[in-house]
Amino acid sequence: MTEIKKLIDENGLRVDGRKLDEIRPIKIEIGLLANADGSAYIEQGRNKIIVAVYGPREAQPKHIGLHDRAAIRCRYHMAPFSTDERKSPAPSRREIEISKVIREALEPVIFSEYYPRSMIDIFIEVLQSDGGSRCAAITASSLALADAGIPLKDLVVACAVGKIDGKLAVDLSDVEDKLGEADMPIAYIPALRKISLIQMDGIFTEEEFFKALNMAKDACIKIYKIQKEALKQKYLQTEKE
Amino acid sequence: MMKLLASGKRLDGRGLLDYREIKIENGVVEKAEGSALVSMGNTKVLVGVKIETGQPYPDLPNQGALTVNAEFVPLAYKYFEPGPPDENSIELARLVDRGIRESKTIDMEKLVIIPGKEVYVVFVDVYILDHDGNLVDAAGLAAVSAILNAKLPVYRVKENGEVIKMDEYVPLPVQNCPIPVTMVKIDDKILVDPTLDEENMASAKLTITLTKNGEICAMQKSGLGAFTLDEIVEAQKIARKKSSEIREKFFREWC
Repeated sequence: MTEIKKLIDENGLRVDGRKLDEIRPIKIEIGLLANADGSAYIEQGRNKIIVAVYGPREAQPKHIGLHDRAAIRCRYHMAPFSTDERKSPAPSRREIEISKVIREALEPVIFSEYYPRSMIDIFIEVLQSDGGSRCAAITASSLALADAGIPLKDLVVACAVGKIDGKLAVDLSDVEDKLGEADMPIAYIPALRKISLIQMDGIFTEEEFFKALNMAKDACIKIYKIQKEALKQKYLQTEKE
Repeated sequence: MMKLLASGKRLDGRGLLDYREIKIENGVVEKAEGSALVSMGNTKVLVGVKIETGQPYPDLPNQGALTVNAEFVPLAYKYFEPGPPDENSIELARLVDRGIRESKTIDMEKLVIIPGKEVYVVFVDVYILDHDGNLVDAAGLAAVSAILNAKLPVYRVKENGEVIKMDEYVPLPVQNCPIPVTMVKIDDKILVDPTLDEENMASAKLTITLTKNGEICAMQKSGLGAFTLDEIVEAQKIARKKSSEIREKFFREWC
């Protein structure tokens, strides 16, 4: 791999030619898996992530069931061939943490009270990873939940903002995350105007943090439009059949 | 509790933005290179720092290594089961790790013995002894205190390349002091330093870690709810104030 010395060139463009406030190209496919109750596939830049939802179904084993609502389980997992260096298939500490935060990002929109003693499983497999995979996974998981017919208060959409070469940039790729100075993924629920996931590592001044938060929200709104359009296309297609 | 909250008070009489009494005791485990016991009300967390040598990470050949682990020991709480770390202890360990790592609290470049081959490895082990809420802040403070007071064993490299441990110690090279502040939201009010009961009642939890220069170096929302942008901006202001109060009280000589 050629040595990357600068993340932003003289024209203010990033390594992949994007501007600082530009998100990567997104491609979405909904309902691609025959077995799952709901499914979605997303490509965001070089990220390729597939999400399947099984449920609501009877809680197995029984003791994980809750008396008044559905138990939500989420598994974020990276395929061994998804990264530059092969990743062991065993769940790493990072994957366990990400599984937890993704679950907590999605739970606020699920009407889980409608399904007591059931469970809803969200399985996320990252087939290729290039930075911001937890955000793309959340964006796709919302669509998989909708595809499964699970009632939602709204879709959850996610995007990260970071700092590269001292400047704030939206939707960091892997190389930008590794060489950059900060990374902050957020998940946003537009209908409630609330943030259900926020994490940050790196260094932000108070001012940078405030700007980054708003940049992230604006990027989320752009991606939300893409989500809704994908869902609309899926329904139109189903109606025709 | 709700009526109390509406008038700005909590069950234990604290204001919404008051911490419980914090006590820090250093050097409680002499065999460890560093150790600190923190109590925050009834919450008790012990952190031990062990410093060994080993190979550096392949992509960081000229730096020491840091690894943080947390054990939610069964004696601390009736619902802690023996076994490998669960998602909560992994999340806590990684959050404390990010606070220390991103703030460059330890000057990792000074932890090299033979560049590319032998470096110091700093093990920070968080041991929860009694759980009454806000494990993150207690663990974060204990980790920082243990690190700031830790001693580094000196290793000499002989002419034949052999590395030997001397009977000499120097302070660990430290250059920052990250303090995490954890807040919960109950009924649209933000409270700092939640007790276990308050954590169970809360709809969402947010931890923000700040450096000695007031920069944000780590952040984590956890729990089931969600925050508005205004709440997050307000939480950040609260965290800045509280972290600097705690730093001033316990770590003045390092900052």
